[in-house]
Amino acid sequence: MNFTMLVTVVLTAIAFVAIVVLLSWLISPRSYNEQKMEPYECGLPTRGGSWMKFRVGYYLFAILFLMFEVETVFLFPWAVVTRDLGVAGLMGVLFFLFILILGLAYAWRKGALKWK
Amino acid sequence: MFDFSIVTNWIHEWLLSLMPEGWAIFVECVAVGIGIILLYALLAIILIYMERKVCAAFQCRLGPTRVGPWGSIQVICDVLKMLTKEIFTPKGVDKKLYNLAPYMILLASFLTFACLPISKGLEVLDFNVGIFFLLAASSIGVVGILLAGWSSNNKFSIIGAMRSGAQIISYELSAGMAILTMVVLAGTMQISDMVSGQSNGWLIFTGHIPALIAFVIYLIAGNAECNRGPFDLPEAESELTAGYHTEYSGMGFGFFYLAEYLNLFIVAAIAATVFLGGWMPLHIPGLDGFNTVMDYIPGFVWYFGKAFFVVFLMMWMRWSFPRLRIDQILALEWKYLVPISMVNLLLMAIIVTLGWHF
Repeated sequence: MNFTMLVTVVLTAIAFVAIVVLLSWLISPRSYNEQKMEPYECGLPTRGGSWMKFRVGYYLFAILFLMFEVETVFLFPWAVVTRDLGVAGLMGVLFFLFILILGLAYAWRKGALKWK
Repeated sequence: MFDFSIVTNWIHEWLLSLMPEGWAIFVECVAVGIGIILLYALLAIILIYMERKVCAAFQCRLGPTRVGPWGSIQVICDVLKMLTKEIFTPKGVDKKLYNLAPYMILLASFLTFACLPISKGLEVLDFNVGIFFLLAASSIGVVGILLAGWSSNNKFSIIGAMRSGAQIISYELSAGMAILTMVVLAGTMQISDMVSGQSNGWLIFTGHIPALIAFVIYLIAGNAECNRGPFDLPEAESELTAGYHTEYSGMGFGFFYLAEYLNLFIVAAIAATVFLGGWMPLHIPGLDGFNTVMDYIPGFVWYFGKAFFVVFLMMWMRWSFPRLRIDQILALEWKYLVPISMVNLLLMAIIVTLGWHF
């Protein structure tokens, strides 16, 4: 039943957007002129394309995020059974988290967290 | 506490007596879909009205007062107006991605919305990996934001989208860590189990100091994930006009607006579920008379009460602090919140292993 509901929710989201767009298209006025279709800029014609080289800092943080997020995913199965594992499990995770924090400290020291 | 699965089972039996099983399930699915859409739209209207009134109160204004009593019809009129505006695609945009972006954002929003346990037996999606699914589904939203910014072929949009991407993925880390801390305490990822495990005390009370730290971290990260409050520079209107949805018109813009407010509610509702006990009434061990009286208040009243309390806290944060710069935002996350939440997780693990929690 749960997966039926999952499909239902996905279809609901798609149907909601599609129906509202259709409804809006049916009742809204339509007009056309050259200026209206131009990219928005504060009153001036825009210069050059927008698909350009972008600052590398953003991607650096994305790579860092990827690393830490994957390691958080590994922690979830452990989190559920912390109580049953006892001290032995705690030691294992202590070691895992120690390596994780070491990684963050390395990135910090290397200057990856500094916005240049 | 009233169990809503009695009602849903009764409806299921009644439908089975009228038609074959396949059709009965189809009718139920359609009913659930319509129910979700209605609740979604209703909550969006309430939240936008609340935001305008709360913001006005913080700035010593009155807010909307003209349309309807206390301006209560104002938001409905705004929605109707937006619906009658033309949706047009500007020249030079990437048409496929441009039109796909609202679908992605609304999909993420609906999937997380359906996971919320509104009352006992009223969960639409209740997996055994519930909270994990919820985190995974909520991160689809950032793909929609990046698509919208990239495909618009506008410099404001792309700057807004890039800022938003960097900010949302960064803060997802500490939000996930805060929830992970509470999963350690609760010992389950199923949302309904998590709520029913809090019948003798909400997790924020049973988890000592780590639970409180996790709550504060979650509130900060949640505000950043909704692009709100001191973290609203993806759509900082004084520098980027509207950020990633600059090029969207009419209802195209309306979807982003809708999803933004619903995401605020969803973040608050997750906080209410994970930290404040979901639909569980306030129970104080030992005071049986008090507990019995509290049990008479229906579950969904408790749930919406807690969720709107957290929403109010987040609005308070938004209207009290000035906007941060991008380097300050990233430094706050990576140099403070991530190390603190890792140590906090460790602290909680030690407390749970040694049995020091209540």
